[in-house]
Amino acid sequence: MGIVSKITRRTLLVGSMAVAGGVAFGIYAYKSPQDNPLLDDLTEGEAALTPYVMITAAGVTLITPRADKGQGAYSVQAALIAEELDVDLDQVSVDPGPPSAVYYNTALANEALPFSPSDQSNIANAARAVADAAMKFIGMQITGGSTTVADGFTKLRAAGAIARETLKAAAAQESGHDASQMRTERGMVILPNGERISYARLAPTAAKMRLPENVGLRDPSSWRLIGKSMQRVDIVAKSTGTQTYGIDLRFDDMLHATVRRNPANGGAMASYDASAAEGMRGVEKIVELPGGVGVIADNTWRAFQAANAVEIEWGDPPFPAEMDAHWATLSRSFTAENLNSRPLDAGNVEAVLSDETIELEYRAPYLAHAPLEPVSAVVQVGDSRIDIWTGTQVPRFIQANVADLTGLKPEDIHVHVQMMGGSFGHRLEDDYVLHAVRLAMEVPGRPVKMTYSREEDMAHDYLRQIAMARVRGTARNGQVHAFDLSIAMPSVSESQMGRQGLSLGETDPIIVTGAGDQPYSIPNYRVTGYKAPQLAPLSSWRSVGASTNAFFHESFLDELIHAAGADPLEERLRLLNDATARGVLEAVGDMSNWGTPMERGRGRGVAFARSFGTPVAEVVEVTDTGNGIRIDKVYVAADVGRVVDPVNFDNMMKGGVIFGLGHAMNCEITFANGRIEQENFYAFEGMKLYQCPDIEVRALENGPAVTGIGEPPVPPAAPALANAIYAATRQRLREMPFSKFVTFV
Amino acid sequence: MQLNVNGTAYEVDVEPDMPLLWVLRDELGITGPKYGCGVAFCGACTVWVDGMVVRSCSYPASAAEDAQITTIEGIGNPDALHAVQAAWVEEQVAQCGYCQSGQIMTAAAFLQENNNPSDTEIDDAMSANLCRCGTYPKIRAAIKRAATSLRGE
Repeated sequence: MGIVSKITRRTLLVGSMAVAGGVAFGIYAYKSPQDNPLLDDLTEGEAALTPYVMITAAGVTLITPRADKGQGAYSVQAALIAEELDVDLDQVSVDPGPPSAVYYNTALANEALPFSPSDQSNIANAARAVADAAMKFIGMQITGGSTTVADGFTKLRAAGAIARETLKAAAAQESGHDASQMRTERGMVILPNGERISYARLAPTAAKMRLPENVGLRDPSSWRLIGKSMQRVDIVAKSTGTQTYGIDLRFDDMLHATVRRNPANGGAMASYDASAAEGMRGVEKIVELPGGVGVIADNTWRAFQAANAVEIEWGDPPFPAEMDAHWATLSRSFTAENLNSRPLDAGNVEAVLSDETIELEYRAPYLAHAPLEPVSAVVQVGDSRIDIWTGTQVPRFIQANVADLTGLKPEDIHVHVQMMGGSFGHRLEDDYVLHAVRLAMEVPGRPVKMTYSREEDMAHDYLRQIAMARVRGTARNGQVHAFDLSIAMPSVSESQMGRQGLSLGETDPIIVTGAGDQPYSIPNYRVTGYKAPQLAPLSSWRSVGASTNAFFHESFLDELIHAAGADPLEERLRLLNDATARGVLEAVGDMSNWGTPMERGRGRGVAFARSFGTPVAEVVEVTDTGNGIRIDKVYVAADVGRVVDPVNFDNMMKGGVIFGLGHAMNCEITFANGRIEQENFYAFEGMKLYQCPDIEVRALENGPAVTGIGEPPVPPAAPALANAIYAATRQRLREMPFSKFVTFV
Repeated sequence: MQLNVNGTAYEVDVEPDMPLLWVLRDELGITGPKYGCGVAFCGACTVWVDGMVVRSCSYPASAAEDAQITTIEGIGNPDALHAVQAAWVEEQVAQCGYCQSGQIMTAAAFLQENNNPSDTEIDDAMSANLCRCGTYPKIRAAIKRAATSLRGE
């Protein structure tokens, strides 16, 4: 077992202060050759100037290690490198690069900790330093947590600048001119005499040079790319059917495969009879897997047909078989024993709420990620290496886990990350890859493409957490006076990181994120998290804890504001103690002409949430048509400190709003007889085009840090919709999906 | 059986009930049409059979024998974009892009029938194609842009 596997099996106590300090991974220090995985594959005359810039005779390749699942990560990362390197996106190749510890995600380490992004206390900073060290130690090359830009904003520009200065130094050595007198432009060094030398031509010399350690970054006023609308590097391919996704790969002599496992995710297989399936056309082999079978065939459809023809007796589900039992478990978890964290406890909630109180229950269901491309992996098992082509957010986990499974060294596991047809957190798991490896091991030497059917993908999704809230509060003198929110859910971190043999400790900040970390000042203000026992297996779903908790927090705050007789937007502005947060709320107030009268049957709702460091406010307008609720219009404003690409920002904002609204409208995952009842999209629709409102977007750049936009627009969407429906109909929705109580047209 | 795809004739040896999608993808290597749901619900697999919009995941290959099958690869390519593809590029519609082959094939067929659609007509024509990323506002905008271009304005 290799070093990576050993380390990933360790428990990382990032809450401990013992190893604080001594974290020295300067973004400018790419000194030792082992820090750069690109050097392994270079031939004479090629250069890898930092782990992010590779130059060969064919041209410049920018390495963009955060995976692209549709969020435009390749373009944004490439633009940050290109800004300083002085190349344009139309003249470079973009490649996700190999799995390597050097591509570890600093920003994600910060996000995993139970401190708000603005908490700069010594304890918070020390814990971040430890987590940073831990992340570097195991080389968590993870895409997630809306961290791609936050993590790369300085790191990637620095890589571009270092490469540029190295190329100038190479030109100086070759030409005898002074590097400080040179310019760079579109992949060329321009000498003082006007002569232009291409980066490709300088690569052989540059490859032998020592990289400069300290290179200043350009002033924002001189940026050519950042902040300007760009054409995504993948937009033509994705508009012509020529983009190759993992599921589209083809190799000579390739076999096709699928799996069929216990529909209760994680359940065992008691027995099976494959005799009918074995004789079906095109079937090469039927293989027993943990909890099910795999079929290797000569065509994906034939593999699907044969998998369905295997007769199987399933074992019991490893969690309660019926939905009622899941809710009952949460209901029983509001106890002192289950108390997990209390990040907010201002004033004296107990004393104030002793008598006159509103006490209510809120619920949020399990959800599937259900990206439109089902998971797949192509695996080729060689004598001393395994090649894996798959869409993944966790290439290093795959490397370590396949090494464990096969006995090979991690460096012999070659993961080639593919473009993904969506993820929303789905591809943070790697069990499907391990199944594909097990199948490919049955036919050594031959590439095997394993594809999940949609039904298999839905049944084995690692779900968005189920969550329940109990709320109490009171208003006094026209103001919100006391707010007490208790949330119970199973720990997402425990479920998800547990599958990787990792633990971030007993306290799971996800239980309270989106509620216990909001910048409101309420005189008596308490948020408490209760950790329920594990139920169905869970994973990060676009915006994670905030996807349920902002619904609880912002809906109940709305109830209290109405109870106070105050205005939902004005009262929130009064209560917010953070200027950046107030800025986004003022923006949607301005955009929506908040406060102007609406016709009878119409209503406006507002919600605010800060998640992943990004404050977002949304106003939703609805009409009660008599036949159902129509969502007319959404106004959304966010502050990410700095927008890298306005087009991509606009797409992420609108997409996030639609994702949040669509799931709140009509999506839930429920269990009956231990199985997920929603087998396919007809039972998990989300928003359809005709239901889609006009969405107006505004970007603010007042925030102190550069933060992400992939997830933050999701959390405020559901409560803004619920609050709008209340304004239009006086019906308060305390449980998602809302389609259980109202019809949408 | 013989299948004519994008103007080329192919001889394939498959079961009559194999869905057209899997013949295109696994037998012929034409991967523009995508597998999303397998039950004709999401529309990612949309192609044309004799100009008619069909969900190829649920359309038996034998039903397309002797017909002209058109996939997204058959209406344009990166060097010669179809007007609808050009509009999709201009509006930068795609996020993950996985549904967009089907969206574009549905939109192109619709605009052939009606190159001056109202908002309601666009909503009616496009609402049976699922997009999980939420590109609907951009799809509407791209259809309007393509319609303008197809009208020669």
